[in-house]
Order: sequence, then structure tokens, then C-alpha cells
Amino acid sequence: MILHTFNKGLGAEQLMRRCSALVTSDDAILLIEDGVYWGTATLAPFPMQHPRVFALTADVAARGLATRIAQAITTVDHAGFVQLCVEHDTVKSWF
Amino acid sequence: MSEPKQILCIQSHAPHGTFFGREGLDAVLMASAFCLVRVLFIGDGVLQLLGDQQPSDIGSKDYSVTFGALADYGVTDIFVARADLERLHLAANDLSLAVTPLSDTDITQLLHDVDVVLDF
Repeated sequence: MILHTFNKGLGAEQLMRRCSALVTSDDAILLIEDGVYWGTATLAPFPMQHPRVFALTADVAARGLATRIAQAITTVDHAGFVQLCVEHDTVKSWF
Repeated sequence: MSEPKQILCIQSHAPHGTFFGREGLDAVLMASAFCLVRVLFIGDGVLQLLGDQQPSDIGSKDYSVTFGALADYGVTDIFVARADLERLHLAANDLSLAVTPLSDTDITQLLHDVDVVLDF
């Protein structure tokens, strides 16, 4: 089980396509920093298909996305970030 | 006295992930004292115009409120790339500031009209 963190914005479409292609169903994706734009229902060019996608609350709020984040995505605070790290065997950073 | 220089400040980065947006705004405010300044939001820079930004928990400031003061600095030509608004499925009422949408042809013209382009 791998936690994939993704911190690049909508300009990094190729990176997101590579990330999405390599994530298995056991894994989780955590959207952080500018990566949270990928968790929005309308701004992103395609929806996140993975069943376990999380987004860091502080980064969502910072960018005015609190009401734009997709319903399928779970927001987590910094304690939740740590929890996800310990629940998974490995953390892979996409940047 | 010669005509003041015409400057175009281009904002092309999303807010808070980098310092480009805030630095660009500072540059606009400073330059407005000496020059005729216009601002263009393009690419992910359009995302700086979303309302309800609350970045205190990530140690950043909501500089987007300062966009509202640009008119007081004589900066009234504020543009946004229409193609990027459409790509992001945003309408004028999604934005925290009244901005003028420009077509790609308009943007090309604008780039040729000004003396200096500052990219952020």
C-alpha cells in the first residue's frame, strides 16, 4: 500500500496522468499544495477516478476551494496526513 | 515630459503554491506610481481571482483582497484570458474582481501595444 502525494497544479497534466496510471486500488492519493486543484469538480480537466483520494484541508481553504472540492474526495487535516503516512507502507511524492 | 511607459504585468501562476502572484501584485503597485500599468491573468493565474481564499493555515496571506484596491492605484485595465476561463469552467461571477475577458487575438494585440511585459 502506497500513499501518493501530489503537489503540482493543473499545469502538470502529464504528471497527473502518470500518477493516475501507476496507482493501484489499494493505494491512496493525497492532494497537497497546488495539487488540491485536481480534487475540484469543475476546474480540473478530468475527474479523479481513484476510490481513495484525499486533499489537505488547509490547502483547499487557502485557495478558495472549500465549496468546489468533489464529493468523492475526503479532506484531511495535518494529523490526518500523518495518519495516512503511517497507514501506508511507503510514501511516493509526485512533484 | 515624455509619455509614461506602458507596462503589462502577466500573472500566470496559481496562488499560494509559489510567491509569483504576490510578487507580481507588489510589482504592479510599485510600477503604478511611475507607469501606466495593465494586468493580465492567464493560464492558472486565473485561479488567483477565486473568492473565499483562506490561506492563514498555510502561512500565506490572502493578497487577492488587494486586487480590489488596484483602481485606487490607477490600475483599471485588468484582463483575463477568455480561453482559460472556459478551460476552468469559470464565469465572471465566480471571480472576486471585475475583469475584462480577452480573446487570444486581443492578447496578442495587447502584447504588441505595451512597452514592457513583466511575467509572474
